[in-house]
Amino acid sequence: MTTKENPPASAAQEAPASGDPSKAVLKRSRRDVLRSGGMLSMSSLMGTAALMAQPGEAKAAVEWAEHFQKNYRLMTPEEKAEARLRLEKRYSGEYNKKVSVDITEAQPGVLMGYALNIRKCIGCRRCVKACVEENNQSRGARPGERIEWIQVLRMERGEFTADKMNQGYPEGLGIQVGGNAYSPAGQVLEGQYQYTPEAVPEKDANYMPIACMQCEKPPCVKVCPVRTTYREADGPVVIDYNWCIGCKMCMGACPYWARRFNLTTPVLPKEDMNPVTHYLGNRPRMRGVVEKCHWCLQRTRHGRYPACVEVCPVGARKFGNLLDPESEVSKILARKNVFRLKAELNTFPKFFYFYD
Amino acid sequence: MLTRFVFDYARYVLKGGTKFYAWMGTLALLIVGMLYVFYLQNTEGLIVTGMTSQIHDGLYLANLVFLVGVAAGAVTIVFPAYVYHHEGMHKVTVLGEMLAISAVIMVMVFVFAHMGRPDRLWHMVPPWGIYSFSSMLGWDVLVLNGYLILNFVVGFWYLYSKYTGKPVNAKIFMPLVYISIVWALSIHTVTAFLIAVNPARPMWFHSMMPIRFITTAFAAGPALIIIAFLIIRNNTKMWIEDSAIKLLTTIVIWCLGLAIFLTLSEIVIELYARTEHANSLYYLMFGLHGLTALVPWFWSSVVLMVGAFALFMTPKFRNDMKLLPIPCAMAFVGIWIEKGMGLIVPGFIPSPIGEVTEYYPTFVEWMMTLGIWAFGFFILTILLKGAIGILLGEVRFGGAAAANPAAAVH
Repeated sequence: MTTKENPPASAAQEAPASGDPSKAVLKRSRRDVLRSGGMLSMSSLMGTAALMAQPGEAKAAVEWAEHFQKNYRLMTPEEKAEARLRLEKRYSGEYNKKVSVDITEAQPGVLMGYALNIRKCIGCRRCVKACVEENNQSRGARPGERIEWIQVLRMERGEFTADKMNQGYPEGLGIQVGGNAYSPAGQVLEGQYQYTPEAVPEKDANYMPIACMQCEKPPCVKVCPVRTTYREADGPVVIDYNWCIGCKMCMGACPYWARRFNLTTPVLPKEDMNPVTHYLGNRPRMRGVVEKCHWCLQRTRHGRYPACVEVCPVGARKFGNLLDPESEVSKILARKNVFRLKAELNTFPKFFYFYD
Repeated sequence: MLTRFVFDYARYVLKGGTKFYAWMGTLALLIVGMLYVFYLQNTEGLIVTGMTSQIHDGLYLANLVFLVGVAAGAVTIVFPAYVYHHEGMHKVTVLGEMLAISAVIMVMVFVFAHMGRPDRLWHMVPPWGIYSFSSMLGWDVLVLNGYLILNFVVGFWYLYSKYTGKPVNAKIFMPLVYISIVWALSIHTVTAFLIAVNPARPMWFHSMMPIRFITTAFAAGPALIIIAFLIIRNNTKMWIEDSAIKLLTTIVIWCLGLAIFLTLSEIVIELYARTEHANSLYYLMFGLHGLTALVPWFWSSVVLMVGAFALFMTPKFRNDMKLLPIPCAMAFVGIWIEKGMGLIVPGFIPSPIGEVTEYYPTFVEWMMTLGIWAFGFFILTILLKGAIGILLGEVRFGGAAAANPAAAVH
């Protein structure tokens, strides 16, 4: 996607000592810890103290330090590096594996865009599964414990049929307000994105995958009272999970039902946890916060495709840099028939549907 | 002097008969229940409620919205008292302010109950947190806290001056009163904006919302005040004049009528064309795809509101102080249903992707709601009792009168 040759996320945390900016600021930060004042210095101190303790025992202390950290966007590079180290230590202890928390920033000249070929989708929902695994979503048995960011909506194919022609005509002086020959199409009922067919695609169904549209004018960002959700410079709308107060206003504002609430502590088995994470992306979430699709920042900021794009067996999903005229999405926007969902709401999604 | 005020106030409130202690004891029990379910919520998460990712605002937000209206409704006492110099109302203005204080406190507790992470609430408070001017919730917090402070200052300043016998400084006091009158409108308007500014929820997305909120608020608030006044009249030495109650009744009738009219307008406009955007209302009234959980709520609300209106229009009920609480209670409950199960919940059904999910509040939610109401009434009783004591002159600086309450009356 990007022209920059970046190592995959797993290697990013062990980048060479020279030339890697995050490593450089980290050293400075340790010297500065004792000098900074107020509540933040306390949090930094506790963070440092926690880093020196055993991972298992440090959990409480680290969480305490997390309580007092700033909004991610307002952190200095040093504070970001500290927060990252703190989390890496804690997650590694919690999940018994080496967990990396990437803090790579948006790269200049990149505006991520997504395109989906609505005609190709067969409704297999491999994207949903891949997303859950890649992004450490909760996968418990209770209804509130199961979180999926992508829905593949299954829509019945409606039709106009000759044998219904004469049904439902009003008798006597009745008023006719509708036709008679159709059966309704395109309706989604409860659970119709959790269908279990014998084989896909089904003969009488259309499929409409949706997820976060990463709007250019996101209503969710506008309503957030603490500015914990915001649009990143390279396009995706992200959440600082440590700053979210769980007021759920963003969920009410989203016209695409793309946000999920962690009703309880997410159920994430140790062995299934994906250790390659990003601070604003797929790092394990906590109870009581909102989460959503972020186009796999842990992958896409290092030149890889999102998991759903990679896994799609029919190649319906395309991803790339909207500012690069040679990228796949730019070419699709230029040449195909493209539409966006709920365009009348002026949210300007960067998620485009197309057909050829 | 201020410490003596607090001391005398507290001492007066603590003294009471068996009835008083039984009432406060019952409320305290419910509050303990609330604390327990709050503990559950904060250890298990909101999964113990009936809320889901589809319907993520339930009973708590519904009660919050309703109680903001009750708080705003206090202005129906303050306004006639100070602007129209209504004699009977002026004597009891401070009681309305006490009601506003308790209602706003209940709203705040409901906010706490609704949050996924109440421990992070400080994120909204500068300079440690961030205050967002683009967020309606931010504005709501601001106007609610402002209203609480205004009513607290105006109410207790007045009581304190009664207590000491020195008149208030009208040059500062009156502007505060006028600000609080306008501010009362602002709190319910901003709450209406909070939910009406979401085009993602077509049922809420119309400009009738603020006026509907104000009319229902000015029906439900005074209805509760009338009941409270009648209880005070019958159980304390404080006499509230008929003229005050009559004026409040008139306000309730007008506002209830307007509220019914606005509801009817909305129903006609939404259901005549019956676009996709009317699905929420249709679900509320008749159910959708065979799912009908909210239908009884809606129709019970309609019956209660229209029934209350009809009773209010009957002079027998309107003028008889024994029968008056019946239509008042009907209007109050009817509007509570309309604001809660009739507005907040159907806004999420169907969801933006067309999914019809039903919402059933769990025991935890009912317990919490009951507990917070009990907490509100607990505070209200304390505030009203102390205020009545001061108004009667039983609590007075020097304490001479307090020792001999009987002499203080009249």
